Amino acid sequence: MSEKSEQIDGGRRHFLLVATTVTGLAGVGATAVPFIASWKPSARAQALGAPVEQDISKLEPGAVLKVNWRGQAIYIVRRSPEMLASLSTPEVVGRLRDPNSEESEQPEYTKNETRSLKPEYLVLVGVCTHLGCAPIERFQPQDAELGADWPGGFYCPCHGSRFDMAGRVFKDVPAPTNLRVPPYRFINESVVQIGVDAEVA
Amino acid sequence: MSATMQPVRRGRLAQIADWADERLGYSRFIKAHATEYYAPKNFNFWYYFGSLALLVLVIQIVTGIFLTMNYKPSAEDAFASVEYIMRDVEWGWLIRYMHSTGASAFFVVVYLHMFRGLMYGSYKNPRELVWIFGMLIYLCLMAEAFFGYLLPWGNMSYWGAQVIVSLFGAIPGIGESLVEWIRGDYYISDITLNRFFALHVIALPLALVFLVIAHILALHEVGSNNPDGVEIKKVKGPDGHPVDGIPFHPYYTVKDLVGAIVFLALFASVIFFAPEMGGYFLEHANFQPANPLQTPENIAPVWYFTPYYAILRAVPNKLLGVVLMGLAVISFVFLPWLDKSKVKSIRYRGWIFKTFLFAFALSFIALGYLGLQHVTPAYTWAARFFTVVYFAFFLLMPWYTRIDPTKPVPDRVTYGSSAH
Repeated sequence: MSEKSEQIDGGRRHFLLVATTVTGLAGVGATAVPFIASWKPSARAQALGAPVEQDISKLEPGAVLKVNWRGQAIYIVRRSPEMLASLSTPEVVGRLRDPNSEESEQPEYTKNETRSLKPEYLVLVGVCTHLGCAPIERFQPQDAELGADWPGGFYCPCHGSRFDMAGRVFKDVPAPTNLRVPPYRFINESVVQIGVDAEVA
Repeated sequence: MSATMQPVRRGRLAQIADWADERLGYSRFIKAHATEYYAPKNFNFWYYFGSLALLVLVIQIVTGIFLTMNYKPSAEDAFASVEYIMRDVEWGWLIRYMHSTGASAFFVVVYLHMFRGLMYGSYKNPRELVWIFGMLIYLCLMAEAFFGYLLPWGNMSYWGAQVIVSLFGAIPGIGESLVEWIRGDYYISDITLNRFFALHVIALPLALVFLVIAHILALHEVGSNNPDGVEIKKVKGPDGHPVDGIPFHPYYTVKDLVGAIVFLALFASVIFFAPEMGGYFLEHANFQPANPLQTPENIAPVWYFTPYYAILRAVPNKLLGVVLMGLAVISFVFLPWLDKSKVKSIRYRGWIFKTFLFAFALSFIALGYLGLQHVTPAYTWAARFFTVVYFAFFLLMPWYTRIDPTKPVPDRVTYGSSAH
């Protein structure tokens, strides 16, 4: 080619090639944005994810109530004094992976030993932090299946993860962190609202 | 019917064919890929599975098109529309069972096809690209099966999707928002179902078809391997064709037709007599509609994913489990470079390779079994053991293929019985 009388300006060609490619790629990239963004939760999905309220005045000690928020089961447990006592026994705490909830997800105001606003009421996202199964309540200590040293708590039937009465994960199970605590607050003595953060004092 | 028949008066149809050929050149294509594509003459039983995979792909596409005519991809209607297909649509049950059985059949033939590649070293130079395209097909197929499994909106569909999608949550930093982006919602919902439907019926099938074309083009460029792992192009006759090759059409089209008939007989037996295969092809929990608040007793994926699922469960660390599971799938891609042996076929390899391949196949099956079971400490340890065996096959390959005492490879192909 270079032997032809018409001189080919290689530098110019190269510049045009690179400039066209870069411009084209930028265009493709910009066009991809709306398509990729269309996969995010839509305005309607976000609206449906609004907070929910639940009356807890009739909840008995040791009982659990399940509320649907954003398609996830939210467990509201009214803990008995014995259940609360089990949270601080060294035999339990020593077997926990993250007893102080350092690695786990919860609002700042529930990062305490009982993982709650009011120690009596435990509010948890009922979704195993391993692979999203629903842990089941096994509140009775010394469960036949879970062993004589079982202090009471939650058990995930899918892959065998175990959590104590504050949703704290035990060691040597697949779940990496404690059960999540959703944002919540008490509107009054008997109504809890899930999806809105409490005013932290 | 080639150009040599010029003097004879051509019939009307032949004239139309000639007219089209002058404008399209399809006869050149047919020659290159069928009537003058020379395949080794010593193909055995294991060589049925490539053409069978193609047959299953066609079955899946055709039955899939007809299923979409009655299926409704919404959380409200999906489960009921599948029941509608099963009960009210004329022959709907047959079309659906063909499709659901076809999914399992696809993995049966693809796993056997891949094992053939492992035995005869079909991934080795010069067929690395054939192998890589094949692996991409396998990945596409897994995604296709996963998206398709959500569509009936049964409870196992729902929780299976929940578990697999949340795997992406293990990625540090972006995990949670990535999961939200995939679902398009805060949980697996109508929105998720609708997009999985789109991916299942158009995006992935298109990708699959293109990859299959690339797989076959790459194969026909370098030529097929064979049970002896001998390159037939090395010895050519005076006509320029490999002495040990025969035209794919009619020789192998006829052979594959026999395979297709036997396969279809088995396929029909499953459809008519055991379409659920005792819960392995269609899981029992999936006969209940999806319930976001209740997990099935035992979440197990369909059998073709269980080897990887067992690896995932065997690791007590979530991120590491996900990474190992991904590596278990991806490892196959690197085989062409991990295998240092001068010999392709298992016929001329030594006992070391044979032992490792056997152990690998065994661990794959064992993991598949374990992935279907409830978690118990003993099963978890068994799964860990077989996970180690599984990865040893790949990681130690550069070492054991070098020291493996191989046998001399003949110049020409043999027939199985005379090889030893």
